[in-house]
Amino acid sequence: MSQEIAILGIGMHPWGKWGKNFVEYGVKAGRDAIKDAGIDWKDVQFVSGAATMRCGYPGYVAGATFAQALGWQGAEVNTSYAACASGSQALAAARTKILSGQCDVALVIGSDTTPKGFLAPQKGERPDDPDWVRFRLGITNPSYFALYARRRMEMYGDTQDDFALVKVKNAEHGFTNPNARYKKKFTAQDVADSAMVADPLRLMDICATSDGAAALIVSSVDYAKKIGKKDAVKVAAISTVTPTYASGVIEMPDLATDSAAVVEAQSFRAALPVKAYEEAGLGPEDVDVAEVYDLSTALEMDWYEDLQLCGRGEAAQLVRDGATRLGGRLPVNPSGGLACFGEAVPAQALAQVCELTWQLRGAAGDRQVEGAKVGITANQGLFGHGSSVIVKK
Amino acid sequence: MAKQQVPVLEGWFTIDDRPHLLGTRCKSCGTYYFPKQSVFCKNPACNGETFEEVKLSRTGKVWSFTNACYQPPEPYVSPDPFEPYTIVAVELEKEKMVVMGQAVEGVNVSDLKAGLEMELVLETLFEDEESEKLTWKWKPVA
Repeated sequence: MSQEIAILGIGMHPWGKWGKNFVEYGVKAGRDAIKDAGIDWKDVQFVSGAATMRCGYPGYVAGATFAQALGWQGAEVNTSYAACASGSQALAAARTKILSGQCDVALVIGSDTTPKGFLAPQKGERPDDPDWVRFRLGITNPSYFALYARRRMEMYGDTQDDFALVKVKNAEHGFTNPNARYKKKFTAQDVADSAMVADPLRLMDICATSDGAAALIVSSVDYAKKIGKKDAVKVAAISTVTPTYASGVIEMPDLATDSAAVVEAQSFRAALPVKAYEEAGLGPEDVDVAEVYDLSTALEMDWYEDLQLCGRGEAAQLVRDGATRLGGRLPVNPSGGLACFGEAVPAQALAQVCELTWQLRGAAGDRQVEGAKVGITANQGLFGHGSSVIVKK
Repeated sequence: MAKQQVPVLEGWFTIDDRPHLLGTRCKSCGTYYFPKQSVFCKNPACNGETFEEVKLSRTGKVWSFTNACYQPPEPYVSPDPFEPYTIVAVELEKEKMVVMGQAVEGVNVSDLKAGLEMELVLETLFEDEESEKLTWKWKPVA
């Protein structure tokens, strides 16, 4: 039996700082996806929401919140929370429901409204909370991104100029994307002139946080055939594996890695796509386009290696050669990535799938990757959450 | 009279001339923990529930490093005006783990490179009316 499901429709609310309720963004994206699928809202049997932690109770029950906002019609609902992988887990819940025969058509939505200012822990004296402890000691989110970036420089000889090339590339890609927040063709000089945040990373090396929403209508392959969409883009794999002990890379919000004294150290980022490739029966050599989580410019290069698009330490050469630019051998982040979007946590993993769907349909306009047949996403967030999704024609 | 010196986190390190971070070690499988783990072992192949407190190696090699150019939010207590500081991740050979901390005052990013030998020292993180709050910091071995 096929383990694939069809992507019938996609929709997004543009990323930005719009100051509105997250439900409004989600409904806009959901309605666009329903329209794109050419179905009726009442045909949707399952609503799978990605939760937001920043918008009170409606955010904790996002599936029901969106179902109510679109008009209660008796569908079943689900809500998933998995930090940056929330959207992928919501998609995985929909896939399970479809492949087990419990429903034919599902709507998956992720939406967020982000607060102004620094991401900070809860107040009070809480030495049992690693997130509180690290802020007490002066270690913020960019500290971690910068440690990874500096490690690349120390191990492989990458430079800040290499990191800047990633920003320049993504800015070019996102320039014509109507859903991107930042649409300006930044130059390497702009990056170099931006303020140092956490050496070697400057302000323009690090992604912002945004409001935004993304939605998908997914169905069984049989249903897609029935409504005349047998050629719809398919979800071929969803990996949401946890890390394997002992995690060898220092992860936010921890102050130390696991000890590899008695078991071998493992890389979480590298494990995520392995399961996805296995499930899809595809390999890195089949990939035409990728959307990866560029929380920082340097982190995008880590992903090239974790996705096995090149060997360890070879990512900077890919960037220098222009291989990951549009028109290159293997374009990465044709959407513009987080560099042009800013992170809207529960929507981001779904936005990656939306972009790949446009790409595989040949409907990505100025940012089209010619002849793309297979695409892969990758993201990673707090507390052992991450995902990798493979879509194919 | 000098203010009393107290650890910013109680029980996380020893206070003496040759300070050590305090971790635990699983009595069943021998894996190390920092911060301390004392209820159940996180090694999936181990059901251990008893631990001994251990002093972690007080020297190691630089894994990576960065700095903080902007003032972090609370609960960080900043001098006014804010002073940037350096952050180091140090690999401990015996424990096979990487531990972060600030670098001692005066050590900049340009003073560091991967593999450089570092040792653990104590320095004041901040002070309030009653006491100086001590923390561990990493210092290049002279």
